[in-house]
Amino acid sequence: MSAAAIGSAELTALLPIVTLGTTAVVVLLWIAFRRNHAEAVWLTLGGLSATLLALAPAAGTGPRDVTGLLRIDGYALFFIALFCLAAIIVVLLARDYLRERAEQPEEFYLLLLTSLLGASVLAASTHFASFFLGLETLSISLFPLIAYATRDARALEAATKYLVLSGVASGFLLFGMALVYAETGSLAFGGTAPAATAVLQAGAVLILVGVGFKLSFFPFHLWTADVYQGAPAPVTALLATVSKGAVFAVLLRYGVDAPLARLPMSETVLGTLAGASMLIGNLAALAQHNLKRLLAYSSIAHMGYLLLAVIAMQRIGPALAAETLGFYLAAYTLTTLAAFGVMTAMSPADREAEEIGDYAGLFWTRPAIALLLTLSLLSLAGIPLTAGFIGKFYLFIAASHAALWPLLGLFVVGSGLGLYYYLRVIFRMAASVGEGTAPGPSGALQVSLGTEAALAFLGLSIAVLGLLPASLIDFLAAEALR
Amino acid sequence: MLVLLIAILAVGGLAAWYGERAGPDAPRWIALAAISLVGLLLLPYFGPAVSPTDGAWLSEIYATWIPRFGVGFHLALDGLSLALAVLTVLLGAAAVAASWTEIRDRVGFFHCNLLWTLAGVLGVFLAMDLFLFFVFWEAMIVPMALLIAIWGHEDRTAAAMKFFLFTQLSGLLMLLAMIGLVLLHHRNTGIFTFDYPVLLNAELDGDVARWLMLGFFVAFAVKLPAVPFHTWLPDAHTQAPTGGSVLLAGVLLKTGAYGLLRFVLPLFPEAAAAFAPVAQGLGVASILYGGWLAFGQDDMKRLIAYTSISHMGFVLVGVFAWNEQGIDGAVMTMLAHGISASALFMLAGGLQERIHTRDMRRMGRLWADVPRMGAIALFFSVAALGLPGLGNFVGEFLVLQGGYLVSPVITAIAALGLVVAPVYSLVLMQRVFQGTCLEPHRLSDCGGRELAAFGVLMLATLWLGLYPLPALTVAKWATAPVVELSYSGEDPPP
Repeated sequence: MSAAAIGSAELTALLPIVTLGTTAVVVLLWIAFRRNHAEAVWLTLGGLSATLLALAPAAGTGPRDVTGLLRIDGYALFFIALFCLAAIIVVLLARDYLRERAEQPEEFYLLLLTSLLGASVLAASTHFASFFLGLETLSISLFPLIAYATRDARALEAATKYLVLSGVASGFLLFGMALVYAETGSLAFGGTAPAATAVLQAGAVLILVGVGFKLSFFPFHLWTADVYQGAPAPVTALLATVSKGAVFAVLLRYGVDAPLARLPMSETVLGTLAGASMLIGNLAALAQHNLKRLLAYSSIAHMGYLLLAVIAMQRIGPALAAETLGFYLAAYTLTTLAAFGVMTAMSPADREAEEIGDYAGLFWTRPAIALLLTLSLLSLAGIPLTAGFIGKFYLFIAASHAALWPLLGLFVVGSGLGLYYYLRVIFRMAASVGEGTAPGPSGALQVSLGTEAALAFLGLSIAVLGLLPASLIDFLAAEALR
Repeated sequence: MLVLLIAILAVGGLAAWYGERAGPDAPRWIALAAISLVGLLLLPYFGPAVSPTDGAWLSEIYATWIPRFGVGFHLALDGLSLALAVLTVLLGAAAVAASWTEIRDRVGFFHCNLLWTLAGVLGVFLAMDLFLFFVFWEAMIVPMALLIAIWGHEDRTAAAMKFFLFTQLSGLLMLLAMIGLVLLHHRNTGIFTFDYPVLLNAELDGDVARWLMLGFFVAFAVKLPAVPFHTWLPDAHTQAPTGGSVLLAGVLLKTGAYGLLRFVLPLFPEAAAAFAPVAQGLGVASILYGGWLAFGQDDMKRLIAYTSISHMGFVLVGVFAWNEQGIDGAVMTMLAHGISASALFMLAGGLQERIHTRDMRRMGRLWADVPRMGAIALFFSVAALGLPGLGNFVGEFLVLQGGYLVSPVITAIAALGLVVAPVYSLVLMQRVFQGTCLEPHRLSDCGGRELAAFGVLMLATLWLGLYPLPALTVAKWATAPVVELSYSGEDPPP
């Protein structure tokens, strides 16, 4: 296999990733010479749009292995598109957020672009080397982003916590890769070993531990709430959507390609992680009064639900599992962005609107924002007519097809618990003004047209994906992993 | 045409919300107009020209929705749907009338939620695609929960939460059962479809069918509600505003009974037949336990809520008797109870609006102040206790007749419900309108608007009681095939 050769077709296939990298370099050079917030924003938006445009020629080259490290196929391109879309929204949100709070906001966009580069590499990765490179590019960009734009001690604490735990997780991951390499003699996902020795199994589990940290499965979830709370709202949005989505994308690809992911032990380990995450995440979220922490714990539960798709993959084949993952992640990304977008738009310059009490009576003071947050929470709860419901429906289909009944039972229980805390927020917003403890944050941020457009787009797309999901479903069915 | 019915209500809801700017009464008129328009659109289906041949729809619309899973936007109307749709329209108008003076805050949003709830209910009665049915089933909960949570009484948030959680969780079990059914059908035939008429022919083996049937049954039993799934109902009713109570008692509970008739029996005939004794047992338990608890309540709305549980027990017994009389009786009880319970809730709401309490210990001798309300209450109380000549009697009598053919023992116990019912109905009359006056009140009697609303409901109850044939005939267009299903085996179910 002459996978190492790069011809023009390979370059075309790589075009989106190359564009992203180029944009990062251009932004880097530009802000070295001219510090101008607006220009940095426009350059970033331009680069992201160019990346989206570059997806079309890349798709034209068909599924293609590039250098044995990356496989550019519909699956990878779909996730790159999703991440770019999320990044555009984060840029629009961050622009308002940073204007008031950061003295030098320009590097934010540079770091955003590099994190996106890492995420894109992950989505296309078929090799432990690109897996690790992508993951580290993503993570290292996130450390400064978490502590960006604020002298708040909590943000520094969050960044440090993420840095240390992420480093430990990477250590586990690397060690696992080394053990697997020792047995298979190959760093490609598809490497095979003659027998499932103890070393190989240990390696496979260590890889899962590393990935589990990034996706914050129970019992590796302890960083999540603190980091979500400490990071600026737009960065939390990025962390919750792009970072987790990219790791999930590579996890499924790894599961499909690697024979050792199909060890019977993996199913037990993954099943335990999924079930425990659903329960613990939802139970912990019940006790939260801080919306950011609530969403952090709910994300643990959602990652647990989503793990069902990966587990089911071993029984129902990659196509349906990839569809499920794609749809659920798309819905989850839009929904989570909407929630954090509302939070950004609600926050006054000196703090963030993160207490649930900040939202009391929102229906009567800012109905449009309240409606969007309601839609987003209902979508997270999986109520019909929202994108989240179709995602949940997909997971139900995949898991029933794979006959994962005990886990489905936990899913239903978890959904019930989840509904309780989502509804609590919604009912709080519907309470009369003055009935809650704290009045809504006064002097909320001046929301620019860009943020408004982003929020409107998110609300619309959640509703449209819930009402007319057919086109996305058909696309995913056609482009899914084989 | 059918899309129009739902669209009018949905769009009407938005219009009512915006119409608030034109004044507080504008949303009320918009809501009434939308509901009446839907009522008018339903009228032509009653013409003799369209009485259908066996099993055909009166009207149908199909469009593909999610082809990947064979989900279609399939709405269809048959006799059962038609009867319940008319009930929905009637009680929707009653709910608007009942809220006319009670709701003063956020009038627009209130009527928006009210109309959206109606749209969801109508969708439930019309959907002939399992996925679509589920969407409507869940979608109607959200505005209903908001009605309780925003305009309810002192403990509204907890009640709304309980209502939402019960319905949603049981709904998820139903969704799982639906998916299980569809996947089985897919495995047998290679076709992915959620279409109801297609799935009617799905072949199931007994063990799986039992589990799937239970998934559906739990969802509908929660909504009905049957003991032991009933605990959400008294709270939801007590806390809901009057309009919300009317919708809950009158229409939402009927979606549970409708689901049993539409899905549980036809989709899983054998499993349902095997399960019938258990279901009837739950029904009898509901009749007696609901009646017993109703007797012990001090809160007027709570009392009426428990009587609802009791009456819905008759529906459960009738449906699972699974013969012509039983199912006719169940349908009749659904219609008649929808009207009488709604009227009683309107009375309770009207009293609460006037004297600011639902506590019957603080009422008494109100007849002296509000003779018209007293007379209306007497009418609907005796309707609820099953006075011959009124609709409820016809329903319960038919249920017992049908039940007797199947199981005399269960029927004998269920008939005790007819003893319990007068007790709680008369206790209600006695404590509220007769007896000694414990606290002096100065109240105004019903005005023209209230009289008109009650008058229509009284006429409907009388009509159902004196001449039930038309309503039964309409429903029979749909229920006759269901009844036949039970005799397709060699014996009627034991």
